[in-house]
Amino acid sequence: MRYLEDAVTLEFIPERCDGCGMCVKVCPHAVFGMENKRAALADRGACMECGACAKNCEREAIRVKAGVGCATAVLAGLMAGKEPSCGCSGESSTCG
Amino acid sequence: MPSIDAYSQRTLRSFTVRRRVDAPWIDGFVVTASGKVPRVQTALDFRDCLGSVKARWDIGRMNYRVPPGLYAAGNPGIGSTVLVSANYKMSFDRLRSVLPGRDAWILVLDTDGVNVWCSAGKGTFGTDEIVRRVQESGLERVVSHRTLVVPQLGAPGVSAHEVQRRCGFRVEYGPVQAEDLPAFLDSGMKASPDMRRVRFRLRDRAVLIPVELVMGAKYAVLLALAFLLLGGVSGGGYSLAGVRTIGLKSAAVVLGAFLAGAVLGPILLPWLPGRAFSAKGAALGLVLVAGIGAWDIFRNGGVASWLHAAAWMAITPALTSFVVMNFTGASTFTSLSGVRREMRFALPLQVAAAAIGFGFWLGGLFAA
Repeated sequence: MRYLEDAVTLEFIPERCDGCGMCVKVCPHAVFGMENKRAALADRGACMECGACAKNCEREAIRVKAGVGCATAVLAGLMAGKEPSCGCSGESSTCG
Repeated sequence: MPSIDAYSQRTLRSFTVRRRVDAPWIDGFVVTASGKVPRVQTALDFRDCLGSVKARWDIGRMNYRVPPGLYAAGNPGIGSTVLVSANYKMSFDRLRSVLPGRDAWILVLDTDGVNVWCSAGKGTFGTDEIVRRVQESGLERVVSHRTLVVPQLGAPGVSAHEVQRRCGFRVEYGPVQAEDLPAFLDSGMKASPDMRRVRFRLRDRAVLIPVELVMGAKYAVLLALAFLLLGGVSGGGYSLAGVRTIGLKSAAVVLGAFLAGAVLGPILLPWLPGRAFSAKGAALGLVLVAGIGAWDIFRNGGVASWLHAAAWMAITPALTSFVVMNFTGASTFTSLSGVRREMRFALPLQVAAAAIGFGFWLGGLFAA
């Protein structure tokens, strides 16, 4: 299953990458791959903007506007006049 | 059950009383250089399973927690692996259930009783909390190595290099699913690409249905009730006959639309057309309303009111679209900017369709 792909805010700056491979490890959708000992965007459209890669990139080679893709949270934010707020605990079984 | 000495019995009791948590899953204590650490059972019992079922049905879900801190599984020593978890009991249970026959430490973070991935998104499962727990538990005296195994889905809240800089422990990201943890540990902490992917299989989606039902039910029932009562309105005044016919049928369609969105939406998700969840939901609603129309014509030999037929053609897809759109939050692959984009077009359409449909429906009451 794939979601809307052209709205993704993920940006990768290859010049800063030192090839530690952390982004490849933490991404749950295999957005990054390794190419010539450096990270490379393998599937940018699959990005769900969880922010794990940017958070774990010591070289700050990744930028993404991280958030939770939850309509209920966006709606709650709209009504409160604020940023989306995730009030529920979510229940995805894959949340381990 | 291993035997528990009197001191441990007392500690266990004070532990459970102080934390006001019934903790039958603790079966003893392990002595460490940083004090006694409660040992957990690695087999889930009936109460644990019942607890999971209740949480799935949103019964006490927000208070289904484990006291944060260090725990032992098996008989761990200074060389044993340290596994980090959230204090949502379902997350914790899933972790300990894959550890039979293993000696490991479990460091439970305080995530307000929220699972790993969601709390990582909020940052409560995060760098600060890991550093605090490592220091508070005296972990550096409990183990001789300096490695923490953190679930991969904790990564949105954790900065591995920050954790190492601030408390000296290196973060190794474990697999997405706890069930892959034994294979990960046995291979010297190597995760296959498959173990790093998050899925959204049929069973992953199906277990979410109860919470979807419980959370949406009150709105659906209120809406159905409104239609039921308004069904008695007509040009000639209020009639109970109207409630019994138009009202009852309308309430049934509303509830049917909610059920379709909350049950069939998650199940049929990959096969519903479009990528936007609102589009998938609208498609589901159109199929539903076509079915209702066909059944009506077949059973009654025609459509009773064309205004009401038009009303449901607009209201049903609007409702199912809205319900399925709200499933984005439970899914494992939607992005915030994508959700914002789809809501920008879907929300006005849903509101407009519902309003126009409701207009037709009211018109139908007076035309009858």
